[in-house]
Order: sequence, then C-alpha cells, then structure tokens
Amino acid sequence: MNRDARGGNPRLTHPLVRDGRDEPLRRASWDEALDRAARGLRRGRGAFGMLACARATNETNYLAQKFARVVMGTNNVDSVDRRSHAASVAGLAAVFGSGGGTSSYGEVEHTDVVVMWGSNARVAHPVFFQRVLKGVHGGARLYAVDPRRASTAEWAEGWLGLNVGTDIALAHAIGREIIQAGLANEAFVERATSGFEEYRALVEPWTLSLAQKVTGVPAPAIRELAHAYARAERAQICWTLGVTDHHNGTAVVRALIDLALLTGHVGREGSGLQPLCGRNNVQGAVDMGAVPHRLPGFQDVLDPDARLRFESAWDTALPPHYGLNLAEMFEEMETGGVRAVHCLGENPAPSEARRLKALDFLVVQDMFRTSTAELADVVLPATAGWAESEGTTTNSERRVQRVRKAVEPPGEARDDIDILCDLARRLGHPWEYAGAEAVWNEVRSVSPDHYGMTYRRLEAEKGLQWPCPTTDTVEPPYLHGRLWADDPALRGRRAPFGLVRHVPPVDLTDERFPIRLTTGRRLDSSNSAGQQGGSPRRGEFVELCPEDAERYGVVVGEKVQITSRHGSVVVSVWIDTALRPGLAFTTLRLPDHNDTDQPTSAARCPIAGTAEYKATAIRIDKLPLVTYVG
Amino acid sequence: MTVTSLGVPRRLLDLTLDGEPVRAPEGTTLLDACRAAGKDLPALCHVDARTPASACRLCVVEVAGSRALVAACSREAEPGMDVRTDTERTRHSRRIVLELLASSVDLSTTPGIAEWIEEYGARPDRFGTDAARLEREPIIDNGLLVREDGKCLRCGQCVRACGGQGQHTFALSVSGRGFGSRVGVEYDAPLTDSACVFCGDCVDVCPTGALSVRSEFDLRTAGTWDEPAQAVTTTVCGHCGVGCELTLHVQDNEIVKVTSPPDSPVAHGNLCIKGRFGHQYIQNRD
Repeated sequence: MNRDARGGNPRLTHPLVRDGRDEPLRRASWDEALDRAARGLRRGRGAFGMLACARATNETNYLAQKFARVVMGTNNVDSVDRRSHAASVAGLAAVFGSGGGTSSYGEVEHTDVVVMWGSNARVAHPVFFQRVLKGVHGGARLYAVDPRRASTAEWAEGWLGLNVGTDIALAHAIGREIIQAGLANEAFVERATSGFEEYRALVEPWTLSLAQKVTGVPAPAIRELAHAYARAERAQICWTLGVTDHHNGTAVVRALIDLALLTGHVGREGSGLQPLCGRNNVQGAVDMGAVPHRLPGFQDVLDPDARLRFESAWDTALPPHYGLNLAEMFEEMETGGVRAVHCLGENPAPSEARRLKALDFLVVQDMFRTSTAELADVVLPATAGWAESEGTTTNSERRVQRVRKAVEPPGEARDDIDILCDLARRLGHPWEYAGAEAVWNEVRSVSPDHYGMTYRRLEAEKGLQWPCPTTDTVEPPYLHGRLWADDPALRGRRAPFGLVRHVPPVDLTDERFPIRLTTGRRLDSSNSAGQQGGSPRRGEFVELCPEDAERYGVVVGEKVQITSRHGSVVVSVWIDTALRPGLAFTTLRLPDHNDTDQPTSAARCPIAGTAEYKATAIRIDKLPLVTYVG
Repeated sequence: MTVTSLGVPRRLLDLTLDGEPVRAPEGTTLLDACRAAGKDLPALCHVDARTPASACRLCVVEVAGSRALVAACSREAEPGMDVRTDTERTRHSRRIVLELLASSVDLSTTPGIAEWIEEYGARPDRFGTDAARLEREPIIDNGLLVREDGKCLRCGQCVRACGGQGQHTFALSVSGRGFGSRVGVEYDAPLTDSACVFCGDCVDVCPTGALSVRSEFDLRTAGTWDEPAQAVTTTVCGHCGVGCELTLHVQDNEIVKVTSPPDSPVAHGNLCIKGRFGHQYIQNRD
C-alpha cells in the first residue's frame, strides 16, 4: 500500500528489508534488519545524515543526535520540522543566546496587550488561545496581524490584514512610529541593547503612508497598534508559522524581536515573545541538540568548553565544525556529500523523493509505512512517542513534561530508544540504558539547563520549565530577566537589534499568476496528513473569497485546477469570507489529500532553512466539462 | 535570580465542621474544606477547578445562623463558621433531592449515585413511572459526541465549559423554560451544522454521562464498557506545541476515552478536537 496518510494507513508491525534496488520490501526479523542497517550505515560513514523527529520524545532525540555525533562522527543531524520553528529558534538565539520563547502561557492571562502575529491560534493552538481569551476578559487588548480575517481576529480589538510577505515592512513602520512618538523605552535600549542607531536609520524610511502602500494596512491601524504596544505596561507578541514559513522567516522574527527591544517588552513578567510550535516536541528536538550547530542544552558545537564536556562524557572526539542543516543535507544528497540517511519518524519523501532515491542507503524508523519508507533499504517499526513509550517532551513554553506508555505497540514494533541502542551496539558502541529515565539522567548530566529536572520532580510538579539548573528551586517563568539588572556584569551580553530589510515574497503575483496562495491549519487538520481519524466536517479545499469565486465562476465543492510556477493540482473550492480578493488559502502540506506541496514555492530561508509555504503565486482554472459515457 | 511566584498569600481560617475545629485557606469552599477534613459530601454538578453551578443541591449543609440550607460547593468558608454536614435536615433534603432527580432523570451512567441512594434511603420509584421525563432517543449525529437528553440534569456545566469558562465557542445553551428546558445548540441543528468545535470539554464536565464520546457510548451499547478493567495513564498530547496533558483510558489495549486532568498547569482541564479525538491513527493495527 503505497499511501502516505497517517490517518488511514495500518501501522508497521514488523521490520522490512529490500534485497536489491528494484526488489520490493519484504518482511524480515529484527536481527536481519538491524544487521543490514548497521552494514549500510557503516559503509556510509563520512557521508551520513540523521533526520530526527519533532514528534519523538526528548530521550529519542537525544540519542538520535548522539548516534550521529558519536557513532557516525558527524554533526549532520536535523529535524524535518525545522520549517515550523527553526526561524524562531534562530532569531531568538541570535538576540538572547537561547532559542526558546521568553514567556510562559500563564503570563498571557495577566498582560495588557497581546499581539497575535501570523498566528491563527484560535484554531491552530486552541487551548493556548483560551488562555489569551482569559487575558482579554481581564482587560488585555488583543491585536491580530494576519492576511486573513480568521477566527483569532474575531476576538481582537484590531485586525491588521497585511499583504502576504510584508511583515517586516509592517514591523519597521511600527518601530518607526514608536520612535517618532517618543515611546521607545530609552533606558532599556541604552542599557541592554546594541545597534539602536542603525535600527533607527533602518526604519526611518518606513513612514506610515509608505507602510500602508506596501502592507495594505491603513496607517491609523498601524499607528494604533504601535501606540498600544509601546504604551502598555506589559505586552506579548505571539507568533506561529505565518511568521516563520517565509523564505526570510528568521528576518521576520528578528523584526518582531526588535519591537520588544525597542519597548522593553522582554525579560519581565507578562512582557515577552512567545513563538508557538506546530509539533509537540519541536522545542525539545532543538533543546536535545538534534540540530547541526548545537549540542544538548543549547551549547554551541564550536564552544571549546562545551566540546570538552561532551567529549569526555561521551568518550569521543566531536567534529570541530557545524553539520549540515536539513536543506543542505538534501542538496548534498544530489552531489554525493550525503550517501546514507537514518530517517526517524519523518516523511520528507512527498517533497524530496528524487533526492532520497539518489542515496546509497536509507533507513526509516517509523510507525507507518510512509512514502519515505517505500524508498528505504531497511524499515524499522517504531512506537508512538506520546502513548506507547516513556519519556519527556518540551512544549512551547519550555515546559518539560512526562509522556507515558499507555498502550502496547502493535506486532513487533519497538521503542525508539531500544532500536537506536541496538543499532549503536552493532556499530561498536555498547550503549546500555535501563530505560528512558536513564537516558534522561544522562541529558541532565550534560545540560546544565536540564540538570534540576528529575523524573520524580517532573511528576510531582507536573512539568518544569527550562532553565532548571538545581534540583530544589524553580526559575521565574520568563527568560532574560538579566537584561533589567542594575549591575552591567549581571546584565551580560547586550541584545542586538536585528537589522533586516523588507524583501517581497520570491514568488511574485502577475497577470499569469494573479492570486496569492497562503497556507495554514484548520481546527481539525494537523499538518503532515491529518494525524487524526476523519474530520467530522469536510476534507481539503482551496478557499477563496466570495468576490474571487464569482469572478472565476466557481461554486462551493467545484473542483478546479490551481497552478503555480512550480506545478499544479486539482482541488475543490470552498468559500470563506475571512479572505479578500486576490488571496487564497489551503491547509498545510497534505500530500495524501491533495498536493499542496507541489505548487508552493521552493525558496528557503537562508539562515534557518525553513521553506516558503506562506506565499505562492497561483492561478485558478475551471476544469473542462467531462461527460462520462457508459 | 531565583524567584518563585507564590501568588497572593492566603490566610488560614478557623471554623468548625460537625463540632470539630478545622483550618481552611481563605477562599476555599465548604465542600473543599469538608473534603480536606476527610468528610466527603455527595455532589453531582460539582466539577473540580470550575465555577460551581450550585444546581443539584445534593451537597447542602447546615450553617449556624443561616435559615436555609447552603450549597457547600459554592459557599466560601468564613472564620468562625459552625457547619453541620450530617444532620436530620441535611439527610432529609438530600434524600428528597435524590428521589426527585433519580425519578425524572436516567442516572444509569452517573458515578456514585447508587451508593448515595442506598446511603440516604431514597426511593425514587415512589413517584411512579409517570415522573420520568419523556425518554428521548440519544442524538447521534456525528462520529465523535453523543447527546442523551434523558440523562441531563440541566446543571449547565457543559454550557459554561462551552462558553466563557473555557472554550468560548458558545455552541451549547439552555433553551426553553421549566420542564421544557433543555441543553442544545442553535436552531436545534445537528452538531455538525452548529458552532460546535468538537473539543469535548462538555463531556469532561458532564456529571451524568448525558454527554459522552462516541467510543464510550458504542461500547456501553454493546455491553462491553468495563471501567474497572481500564488502565488510566496521563501523558502529553502529540499534536501541537502547546503540550496539553491527556489522560488516556485504555481498555484491551485500545484508547477508549481521553480526558483532561483539571489540575494541568498547561490546559487547566481543557482540550481541543485533536487532543480529545486524534488518537485513532495509532490504533490502525489490522
């Protein structure tokens, strides 16, 4: 069954191997499959890449990156879900030194202004948005910045419906207005930031009228948001994939952080920056070092002290340079720099099948027979991290929580940790862990930020947020309070303003492709092929505003062809008044239901490697009438 | 800087429960104070961590100086209060309440009710068979949630959970008056045509099982729902980065129900459709 749906596919219940390039996958014993995997990976040493999983536990991600670094001797480890969060991590880490949201959920209930930027949290993160609404009931003013007037905006005091891909222009205009109105927090800027003069010069051209022209947001609305945000005692900016899924996602994140630096809305209770992750353990995968440039606990691969700590703990020599990130790994697959890949719980095949086919050796460790598994030489059946194994995951507020085994995995499927250890043993590294807790205790011993989180404490306190350096204290729920310290030594490194320029989306609309297609989530869909069994309502659609529907003469339910410069796909029409003329919407990459991945733009963020999913130029064509005979 | 936010400090109040001195933190209800002192009172419409509905009147106690019985679930403890939880008057009141409720509402899936009926010597059948509310068929208009009006107490907890206390969806409300009142959605439409977002938070707060998830309803109908045999495990939802805690109810290695622990620091007992129902995909095991 060569299908990709996580919803409809049966689970993998036993290992599969392939006897030759053109042979089909056949059932194998665990010993045979693991021996083959070890043999293939041994040959691929020196050209290896590990694709870790943002749905797997911290413990699995820790072992996955340790496997890459210790067993395979490379920093080539990354997660396919970088696209959802890497830009936030990269932006926050560049400014503050650690790539986590600076606030906690609880603070949003006690703040004065909440800006939901590029985030339809009402449907994408409903339970978080309930807490935003608590804040709104407590008197907080909510602003929604989103091309669509989506259901989050229905609760907002102001909706700034910007043109897709003009976030930086809007942020700069807000920054300029704050400076011009004398509302910048000069004391904070002076004491805790650097690069303010350059920032002031950078945003100077972004007058409200220019911004109105570029972003499509009326000048008074921009002014209102600027003043509300700057005048607030406490304020939060929350964002999601609307900010990060651009070719310049990291730059957009920097532009938003600039606003917080300008007004001092960071490092205090109730004031902060809150990126929301799309997957359950995106944050944890990064924290555990399943990224090419950081070791567990956000320690830089190039930092000599950190290297020393890990080299002695792991009894190995670490490669003295950053590894390849996801985008680079896929590029190297074509040029031969990456020959063998271990893909753990991810399914990149729908967009990268050609490159995966070029590999010498591919191991897939997954719950399902995905289309990536169909390309693999060895397929290892694994467990569902959140319900079939013990461990921890880390949420968007940096809270590490215990996940527990509730059901037995089907057939011969095995825990990710066991599989990785067995494979490491076959490659000459006698890894023995008594279980997830033993792995976690090793994480604690190498990551000072996680040291204080024993399983017992995580259980008793219902999760703990990092940093947690001691076993008997709890840190404040917000990060970077140091920026407000009186003593310059305690204040530490100044937070630099990000000097980023507005660049329009790579894929421009023109006469041939007049419509801007943007993507997002619907309440009952989750990206990567609806993980849940059957929405009670409807399937996948391309959504148009009523005006465009009339213009193209299409009705609800009608199938149309949408074509971009990259490809085309047939999909049904839905009409949504949240949209406006020239803007179409569809849910994120659902390769099984439709091929939205195909027509979206292939440009990537140069810093974080995130993909441009939010801004594709398309056209809509009615399908020719077909008469079926017989 | 190591600071733990402790919130507003709370005083301890002195009061007496059934003649014994107890101390309770300021702001706690009499029901919480009783439970902390090891005295469990019967209560149907009380849901942990939610605003009390004060609807079922089962938890009534006597407070010295108060003419009427007071609902322990909503009355806050005050210094010097003299509370009696088990007097002739409270027992009589609870018995009548149990008889009225059990004669008119189908309480067959209400936890604890049989024990209370026995403990208080209630005889619901003494009002005859006419007392029962007109039986309505269960409303099964979607694959996730089942509504059974015959089991509904009209306590309103689901309406609050759907509205301003949690979901802010406001799909459920009470319509009609008196005996004709019932909980429903706009225009009495099928749930799929209503504002409902299928978060299932109403199921978690429903004390009688009038609202249930389809998987539980189907197993109960088939007679294979076996609660004592179910294992209950708390884990974290696998769908998005918010990280809501989930309690998985597992019977024969199948997840048959998902609930949300009310004391979770992340979700406060709320969930969305993905967390509540998005677990089928791991169970495709054929």
